[in-house]
Amino acid sequence: MSKRIDVKDLNVYYGNFLAVEGVSINIAARSVTAFIGPSGCGKSTFLRTLNRMHEVLPGARVEGQVLLDGDDLYGSGVDPVAVRSHVGMVFQRPNPFPTMSIRDNVLAGVKLNGGRLSKSDAQEVVESSLKGANLWNEVKDRLDKPGSGLSGGQQQRLCIARAIAVKPDVILMDEPCSALDPISTLAVEDLINELKERYTVVIVTHNMQQAARVSDKTAFFNIAGTGKPGKLIEYADTTTIFNNPKEKATEDYVSGRFG
Amino acid sequence: MTAIATSRRRTALTRNRLPRYAPWASLAVGLVVGAALSTLVGFNFFGWGVFSAIIYTIVYVSWSGAVEGGRKARDKFATCLVVGAFIVVVLPLFSVIWTVLEGGIKGLLTPGFLGTSMNGVSGIQDNESVNTGSRVLGGIYHAIVGTLLITLWATIISVPVGLLTSVYLVEYGQGSRLAKAITLFVDVMTGIPSIVAGLFAAALFATIFGPGTETGFVAAVALTVLMIPVVVRSSEEMLRIVPNELREAAYALGVRKWRTILKVVIPTAISGIASGVTLAIARVIGETAPILLTAGFATKINYNVFSDWMASLPTYIYFQILNPTSPSNPDPSIQRAWGAALVLIIFVMILNLVARLVARIFAPKTGR
Repeated sequence: MSKRIDVKDLNVYYGNFLAVEGVSINIAARSVTAFIGPSGCGKSTFLRTLNRMHEVLPGARVEGQVLLDGDDLYGSGVDPVAVRSHVGMVFQRPNPFPTMSIRDNVLAGVKLNGGRLSKSDAQEVVESSLKGANLWNEVKDRLDKPGSGLSGGQQQRLCIARAIAVKPDVILMDEPCSALDPISTLAVEDLINELKERYTVVIVTHNMQQAARVSDKTAFFNIAGTGKPGKLIEYADTTTIFNNPKEKATEDYVSGRFG
Repeated sequence: MTAIATSRRRTALTRNRLPRYAPWASLAVGLVVGAALSTLVGFNFFGWGVFSAIIYTIVYVSWSGAVEGGRKARDKFATCLVVGAFIVVVLPLFSVIWTVLEGGIKGLLTPGFLGTSMNGVSGIQDNESVNTGSRVLGGIYHAIVGTLLITLWATIISVPVGLLTSVYLVEYGQGSRLAKAITLFVDVMTGIPSIVAGLFAAALFATIFGPGTETGFVAAVALTVLMIPVVVRSSEEMLRIVPNELREAAYALGVRKWRTILKVVIPTAISGIASGVTLAIARVIGETAPILLTAGFATKINYNVFSDWMASLPTYIYFQILNPTSPSNPDPSIQRAWGAALVLIIFVMILNLVARLVARIFAPKTGR
């Protein structure tokens, strides 16, 4: 189920603008990796290159290699749609499909692709995914109600359930808690801790305490100035990054002193 | 506590206010003075209304200015202007509805008006009904059938074309030259006079099937030319307001683009698209000129849009007024024309209500 990710010398461009430069990183399977750094430093952009979601934006392209257990995501003949079914993603704002019930939202990955499930299989996928997202007890009595009727935190966990229902190898999370209150945040963080037993989790966060709480390893990204590309400054165990960073910039950032 | 709520005490925060009866008092002054002024120039209701409105505004605003100060007075003046504009817009609408009701109700309530055609009704029958006072024969069944069939075919053609065009513009075209060109041409098409659309369809079918090809289908094609830009525009707007996050959510699940569009984007926007289509139908259902040119005019019931002439409500009204069935006694024809006009207006109103209903039915549910 879970796969490791190796990135070699990755550059990301928007048109002619170099957004992220020279990132090399090895992300172990069954671990939580946090990306931290100031706004605009390219962490989200880089995260999106891990399942080719950046290609949704016109003009975005990459140079370099991203290997998922040794398979290059950008090799010739690779179907980006297939990549995305192996590398799932959870977004900053909860985005359940408003036209679908809670059940259909969980099954969206299968159903939208035209796949057919028997009723019992579907029920099993719904139950296991919602249990995996710690949402089952809250919604089991109203699976046929619209997903948009849930609270923000529940919606976000519904999105996580939707992502794990397609049985990906990796789950990418782009600031999954930034629109949530502390209690919902805690629920999602607990969930991340459980998810890492089965999946490789990569999370972008602006909340350094969150990075310290949930992640095994942390990558610090920074940007030299506006118009300059973002770079990976330091990548190490989370305790090292927060307590004993090698780079001055990392220390300044995690301790709240900038520049 | 109650003392605070009930008594008006003067504090640094209170300002003078007009008494409650101020608008009504101003209105009374306006009506009286307006009546007097309009009598000076020769009384009629229109002049009375105009004079009353002007006097009312002057009295109300200057009273407010004297008591409440300039800011409130300007606010009241703006309110008067807005309400005045509203009345100016609404009056013609009510006037039209009233006139058509008044003229059409008699024709509509005549037995057989909705269920019979004009087949076999000639000047003889009309003269007889005028002379003997018997009921007016002849109805609009054939015209209703024609209008519904022609509009149905126009809808069948223009909805897929319009919807697919807007899907291209929103989902695939994004800033490409072709998309810009299509947008430009759609804008130009919006401004095409309806008679030109009729000429286009007539000429097209004359070229293909020989001159004089006039059927309901040709009229449907003419209406299509008028309908497509409306459908494209409205569904484009609706597709654009579907949040990008939903598309991304689908892509991130490994869903292909066309399936995302078909299963996520269009269902999310379907309520707006459906009501836009209904309004587009309401827009073309009353077109006269293109149908005159393309479907000819029939007095018989014709269910086949692919052969022979076909009547429609607008052309029916046009011919009944212009060429009364009995030239010496045009009254029965005029009665029928008003009745048909009433039916047409009822159709348009029903379509507008359907559009709202459709929008509500298809709207994404948000209940818990």
